[in-house]
Amino acid sequence: MKRIVGLPVPHSKNTADYKPEEISNPSEVRLPMKMHSGSPAKPIVSVGEEVQIGQLIGEAEGRVSSPVHASVSGTVKSINEHDAVTGQKALSVTITSDGKKTVFEGLAPPAVTNTAEFLKAVHDSGVVGLGGAGYPTAPKLTLKEGTRLDYILINGAECEPYITSDTRTMIDEAEYVAEGARLMKEYLRPENILICVENNKPEAIKELERLTAGEAGIGVRVLPSKYPQGERKVLVYNVTGRIVPEGGRLTDVGCIVVNCTTVAVFAKYIQTGMPLVSKCVTVDGSAVITPKNVIAPIGTPIGRLFDACGGLKDDCKKILMGGPMMGAAVPNTELPVVKVTNALLALNAKDARPPVPTACIKCGRCIRKCPMRLMPSHIESAYEAKKIDLLKQYKVNMCAECGCCAWLCPAKRPLAQVMTLSKELLWEARQG
Amino acid sequence: MNKLTVSYAPHIHDNSSARRIMLDVIIALVPAFAMSVWVFGSRAAVVTSVCVVSCVLMEGVYQKLMKKPVTVNDFSAIITGLLLAFNLPVDIPIWQAVFGCAVAIIFVKQLFGGLGKNFANPAVTARVVMFLAFSTSMTTWAEIPDAASSATPLALMKRGGEELEKLPELWNMIIGSRGGSLGETSALVLLIGGIYLLVRRVITWHTPVTFIATVFILTALLGEKPEYHLFAGGLFLGAIFMATDYPTTPQTSSGRLIFGAGCGVLTVLIRLYGNYPEGVAFSILLMNMVVPYINKLTARKALGGKRD
Repeated sequence: MKRIVGLPVPHSKNTADYKPEEISNPSEVRLPMKMHSGSPAKPIVSVGEEVQIGQLIGEAEGRVSSPVHASVSGTVKSINEHDAVTGQKALSVTITSDGKKTVFEGLAPPAVTNTAEFLKAVHDSGVVGLGGAGYPTAPKLTLKEGTRLDYILINGAECEPYITSDTRTMIDEAEYVAEGARLMKEYLRPENILICVENNKPEAIKELERLTAGEAGIGVRVLPSKYPQGERKVLVYNVTGRIVPEGGRLTDVGCIVVNCTTVAVFAKYIQTGMPLVSKCVTVDGSAVITPKNVIAPIGTPIGRLFDACGGLKDDCKKILMGGPMMGAAVPNTELPVVKVTNALLALNAKDARPPVPTACIKCGRCIRKCPMRLMPSHIESAYEAKKIDLLKQYKVNMCAECGCCAWLCPAKRPLAQVMTLSKELLWEARQG
Repeated sequence: MNKLTVSYAPHIHDNSSARRIMLDVIIALVPAFAMSVWVFGSRAAVVTSVCVVSCVLMEGVYQKLMKKPVTVNDFSAIITGLLLAFNLPVDIPIWQAVFGCAVAIIFVKQLFGGLGKNFANPAVTARVVMFLAFSTSMTTWAEIPDAASSATPLALMKRGGEELEKLPELWNMIIGSRGGSLGETSALVLLIGGIYLLVRRVITWHTPVTFIATVFILTALLGEKPEYHLFAGGLFLGAIFMATDYPTTPQTSSGRLIFGAGCGVLTVLIRLYGNYPEGVAFSILLMNMVVPYINKLTARKALGGKRD
């Protein structure tokens, strides 16, 4: 079978062997009510109220939404709007920590005996797509009547450079990943569950193979370590050979892709009753003194995580939430760790400088290497000429925004940015 | 805290650059340059230097006059100069060579917007223009010590009859000891350059292989001497270095196969049935014209994309 080969983007998995350590309790956490795609959660606490770890403070609203839980014990300081990473405003609940880490006494493992109860438990755990997309997991796993499900792919590819938080989950919480696979096998009844891991994570592969040995229909699939192996459509194609139709869902071809840490979170909730309140985050990059993996309560200002890693070097010029291929550069260190935060990278002046673009020499590398088989250089010309019809014809809407085109462009054209801008242009044109 | 840079992903890039690609092409042309000096003597170096310097100067001066950013440090004008020189006979008058450079850099490249925007290969077009404008000096070939005739092997084959006796040994044609343009005579050193470009992933195999294979197969089928057609003219220079020029050739692999095959067919038709003994430059120029259509025909279909 023909595979999407991918690019030899350097792995830089410097922290893969660092068992994550918990950071000291932050004095304050800020929990945005929208850390997922869909509708924001609605705060159900009031200013001055005492809360404990795991206590529900934001209720999910609507079908695609996710609840938010207190990540420290303390007092609700304020509920107001703040800047989110995306630049939009979002309602956040700020909690002043009492430093006691008191766990909410109402927490108990939910009773799960059927599919509905399983899905409710997934929803109540507060888990969303932790690979980065942040789509609430419960609606993703809720299948229409009669949907045939052949594959659930547990995504442990972690193809983004630097990030090792999923790797650590698959090593340190391998039992939860395996348990999550068993739960999905029992309640969603797919033909196969494959835990998909790139071959640069031998320890995780060994651990997961040991834990799933003898489980009918659950296995580990080892994949080449080539970017963007973990992109969901790439993963589906490379593992099953199936092509997701334009505008369609993965379930149209009998597949679901779910991130490995997502699986571990709901499995842990079902076993212990503890919802998603903290994250393992890789802190790395050329401007970090001691790169590490740390565990931090959700809502912790990202500056605290750098402090836990010896601080930032003097020449730090760029801070990324997420990996270097798809992550967002952020303007300050006060932004909170959110549910989908898996890495914080600080780059020195040399690494932070965007490359200087030169004229496109039409080498065609972006065209031959696009995993979605789009034609980025043509799309750039169409965008510059604002030709909506051409952009449609070139299917810019199908761009996965993986960044491969911009990574390999010899002329260093800002192709990935142009892709996103083109999508917006199409969107605006549709609005009339 | 420093002011933080906010820019769009990706935040890392590979270490390729347009300049590095150009440098690789120049490196790949060095063996052919050395061979041209060995075969034709020091005037080969003079002609080559004149072309390179003229191209770079003209590009810089034009951009300065037009108040555009001067981009001569991208090395692309050096390649144009080298390739044009390689397409000229060693005794070409210097002023004619300079004229050719003006055609390549000003008319074909800069007037269409500069690097990456030209639709025809500058060196090929300049060669064709010079061929028509200065047909005598463009077809006057210097005496080669070991060769029986100064005429190019293709010209001898075109004339046929007794002239065929004067064809050089096949081995002499492969190493380059034969009449012809400066850089075209040695298939061997051109091939070494081509392999270097393949290893450096500057070019793909598609166009050179289909171009050369088409010429070989077609001439064999038509009862000609296919091995002579491979090494006799500018086929290797054209197929490896000029039919792989990025802006003027297709960007998809399948498009490059079509382009190479088209060049091969046209070359053979011109060589066998046209008025000219050589057809490589004409065929590349003609195929340059249809590149937008080849690109359209071979456009990649998005993975899972619906037909509109």
